[in-house]
Amino acid sequence: MKSSWRRELPFHIMVWPGLLAVLIFSYVPMAGIVIAFEKFIPSKGIFQSPWIGFDNFRFLFEQPDFAQIIRNTVVIAVAKIVAGLVASIGFALLLNELGKAFFKRTIQTLVYLPHFLSWIILGGILIDILSPSEGIVSWALGLIGIDAPFFLGSSSWFPFTLVVSDVWKEFGFGAIVYLAALTSIDPTHYEAAVIDGADRWRQTWHVTLPGIAPIVVLMVTLSLGNVLNAGFDQVFILLSPTVMDTGDIIDTWVYRMGLVNAQYGLATAVGLFKSVISSILIVASFVLASKFANYRVF
Amino acid sequence: MKRLSLGRKLFLTADYLFLTGLAILCLLPLVNVLAISFSSSTAATANLVKFWPIDFNLKSYTYALSKPEFADAYWVSFKRILIGTPVNIVLTLLVAYPLSKDDRLFRWRKYYSWAFIFTMLFSGGLIPWYMTIKTLGLIDTFWALVLPGAVPVFSVILLLNFFRGIPKEIEEAALIDGCSHWRILWRIFLPLSAPAVATITLFALVGHWNSWFDGLILMNKTEHYPLQSYLQTLVISFDLKIMNVKEAELLSQINNRTLKASQIFLAALPIMLTYPFLQKYFMKGIVMGSVKG
Repeated sequence: MKSSWRRELPFHIMVWPGLLAVLIFSYVPMAGIVIAFEKFIPSKGIFQSPWIGFDNFRFLFEQPDFAQIIRNTVVIAVAKIVAGLVASIGFALLLNELGKAFFKRTIQTLVYLPHFLSWIILGGILIDILSPSEGIVSWALGLIGIDAPFFLGSSSWFPFTLVVSDVWKEFGFGAIVYLAALTSIDPTHYEAAVIDGADRWRQTWHVTLPGIAPIVVLMVTLSLGNVLNAGFDQVFILLSPTVMDTGDIIDTWVYRMGLVNAQYGLATAVGLFKSVISSILIVASFVLASKFANYRVF
Repeated sequence: MKRLSLGRKLFLTADYLFLTGLAILCLLPLVNVLAISFSSSTAATANLVKFWPIDFNLKSYTYALSKPEFADAYWVSFKRILIGTPVNIVLTLLVAYPLSKDDRLFRWRKYYSWAFIFTMLFSGGLIPWYMTIKTLGLIDTFWALVLPGAVPVFSVILLLNFFRGIPKEIEEAALIDGCSHWRILWRIFLPLSAPAVATITLFALVGHWNSWFDGLILMNKTEHYPLQSYLQTLVISFDLKIMNVKEAELLSQINNRTLKASQIFLAALPIMLTYPFLQKYFMKGIVMGSVKG
């Protein structure tokens, strides 16, 4: 017993520096969740502030804009997941048809670029090109006789702009897993299909699509955990007072309420609400993924 | 090889054209703003600039680089990368190695693993996180940008899955030869995991360079802002603070728009120069880590 302890000692020593960081910066904040149940007064601190139970939550659910924020978050997040999935798979399928490795690699390098840039940079670019008076997009639409809408300033266009620009940033990078799945399809399946007289479309339908189906199922299930993640960075950068009704999401609301208006208790309560639902969804997605796609995290 | 049918040829041509067009379309917004950054203020204001600079000049860049705030912010970001990335990589390696062992070899593995995984499932949220850092006295210090994200759990999982793929015999042989685990990690696992380590290094680099929210809320003084936090204040709102005469003179030759554009590209440049060279590694690394069967 003692010898096995000694044998494992290096492992413990290796884990602890990282574990300590996680304990301090992830677990201590989890304990701070008690603020959600307090009428938190910064000068009194966590231990002295009055306990008010579920009052913060009750107050929230009575707010008319709370339902709106939840709806905005889910609508934007789900639209992003679906559009991103379709764009990535479509792109992977089209790229996979081509033979020239150099061409494929170049295209990939180019479409990855936005993934590596921050939303600050992409937001700055979007604000410039989408400006109705001086942006290049309104010029380009003008060429074909379309009056450009105010993509970032009209609440009916804002969610659309968020989804399209998110697809622009991520579709190329998201295609990596599908491209890998496509290259790992056994070539003999295609040969067999050809012998059976299948043309290209039938090969795609009967060999390629079933070949990537497991990974598609896996990605769909894992994306379940993101239903409340509408993308804080992007929305924060692009949000303006005129589009609050369709653009304000949980995360931006928490930021404003907590760090700008100093309503710590309320903001923590909303954060907790989001965390709890998200964890349920993530756990559900892991369970489903291990069931349907034989996936395990570690 | 069978000759291609007419339909197939048409399809392939259309496919090549479509994907080339798509790639160009993805880059056009960047090209447009890049062209604006090199154009004269009059051309930019008159909306003449499309995809090529008009009256090519570097005035916006000279002005941006001459501002002390910009240099400060660049330095903070540089320091953050220089210190933050090695901290991430070392901690990821140290955590991933023992957690990649069998339960039989490391009986505590399960508990430690869950301690890390749980942080991916649940978090205290923004406010308690902020207050923890505040209580620790890290507000307005450089370490607030490095320590809270010191262990990227996603990278740990990626790396430990990669480590699992290394044949056990190598490790067993090394142990019999009297090698310590430290040495096995350093001399055997690290060199064998080059693609995975390259991937997590790229993630750490890009993550540190692109982070802005932590800088924004954890730093009170703007001179402590990393580049992207500083840029955020510009992109969202451009206020003409107190300027001296020389600045005002320079500013008459450039404008808000060209200046913003040039700063956007100064911030994007390091990434644009790096990621293409790591592409072959991160593609392999991502597939290894994320779709482990």
